[in-house]
Amino acid sequence: MAKIDIKINGKGYSETIDDNILLVDFLREKIGLTGTHVGCDTSQCGACVVHVDGDSVKSCTTLAMQVNGKDITTIEGLSEGDNLHPIQKAFQNNHALQCGFCTPGLVMSAVDLLQKNKNPSEDEIREWFEGHICRCTGYKNIIKAVQEAIA
Amino acid sequence: MYNFKFHKVDNIQDAVAILSTSEDPKILSGGHTLIPTLKQRLSQPTDVIDISNIDDLKSIKNNGNKITIDALCTHSQVAKSIDVTTEIVGLASMASQIGDPQVRHRGTIGGSIANADPAADYPAAVLALDAQINTSSNSYNSDDFFVDMFETAINSDEIITSIDFKIPKKSIYKKFRNPASGYAMAGVFVAIFDNGIRVAITGASIKAFRLHDLEKKLENNFSVDVLKEFNVDTTNYNSDIHASAKYRGNLVKVLLEEAVAELV
Ligand SMILES: Cc1cc2nc3c(=O)[nH]c(=O)nc-3n(C[C@H](O)[C@H](O)[C@H](O)COP(=O)(O)OP(=O)(O)OC[C@H]3O[C@@H](n4cnc5c(N)ncnc54)[C@H](O)[C@@H]3O)c2cc1C
Ligand code: FES
Ligand code: FES
Repeated sequence: MAKIDIKINGKGYSETIDDNILLVDFLREKIGLTGTHVGCDTSQCGACVVHVDGDSVKSCTTLAMQVNGKDITTIEGLSEGDNLHPIQKAFQNNHALQCGFCTPGLVMSAVDLLQKNKNPSEDEIREWFEGHICRCTGYKNIIKAVQEAIA
Repeated sequence: MYNFKFHKVDNIQDAVAILSTSEDPKILSGGHTLIPTLKQRLSQPTDVIDISNIDDLKSIKNNGNKITIDALCTHSQVAKSIDVTTEIVGLASMASQIGDPQVRHRGTIGGSIANADPAADYPAAVLALDAQINTSSNSYNSDDFFVDMFETAINSDEIITSIDFKIPKKSIYKKFRNPASGYAMAGVFVAIFDNGIRVAITGASIKAFRLHDLEKKLENNFSVDVLKEFNVDTTNYNSDIHASAKYRGNLVKVLLEEAVAELV
């Protein structure tokens, strides 16, 4: 067992965990933040994307102990109460989700894109989503949502 | 995932100490190769030594005729570095083509080179830019470094600390991505130096390699015409579910033509 001190969505946590627990399992099972999903567990689908010190990363391919002491943001940390984050609103407005399974990861990724590049082109948005898979939408509305969020 | 003991170190000496005293230890950098292999139980270390807190291993320095990239630099850091984007265009472009943005935020140059995946991108850059690989106790020339599939010249108690890349006059990396994994089905790196040309291929065989005969031909006449006449010898090329050796040979030829056309 190992001890972790970590900040998640602005709140500090101090926990004793297994050495080998993945960040995504830690978030879902230990902290109860089930908005971060596991779609593939093989680093391909992006459903598990969270921010570690501001960068989007795949939490299914990160051990919780690797990010000991760091600042994590999950999908639950974006909205303020009932006020959705502008990217969440744009996804809603543009029907950028159907079943919603891939959505938390895509939203976290989109937030990271726009903090690094205020005005990405359509190609840049598509390239940025290389590591995501959505089985429902066909991606068009996801791109439209990001474009609306820029405007 | 089966259990192991996790260690976090903040200096190289501590990492080497644990490495040399543990039963079956593994270094952990970004984890974007090691964690998938742990999940599949392809690797079952007793001890995992996370070196990502070693601050001495995180910078990129321009030393005039070479750029030194520390082992823990992420692919995204290399892709964006001003020194790399201005001095070794092909290297920055190569780093920006690895995996996807989230993989590039965590995967490191040290981890990629240590792993020596036959389809990884960095090995082509290491060979074409005549890099020197520095470890906790030694240093290696690029041509001696990649020994076999997933096998390098370093010993099990060595840690890669940095890589020195020679600054070429011009360089380019061209890759044909496997549409599913993103890894190279074939990747070609061409670098032009004052004293010669280096051409390295990855993704095509059990390890990255140079095309010495083509280098000589291009030194005499740097033009696409040379490639039109060039026969790719696919004797040692891989055939697998993704592509036949012949197909890979054709990819190499096409990518080389594109690379040379852009450099002339
Ligand atoms: C979805 C996905 C797509 C990818 N696509 C590509 C791609 O297109 N092209 C490509 O080239 N790669 C690709 N990769 C691999 C990625 O680049 C890895 O990050 C990289 O190969 C390993 O770096 P790491 O820091 O994550 O290493 P780790 O996983 O931490 O370590 C890998 C191995 O190297 C050893 N090691 C690590 N650091 C050191 C060191 N400093 N000294 C000695 N040994 C060390 C470890 O013990 C382990 O055996 C992809 C990975 C994923 C998950
Ligand atoms: S669950 Fe992490 S990438 Fe699919
Ligand atoms: S909305 Fe169903 S997987 Fe994307």
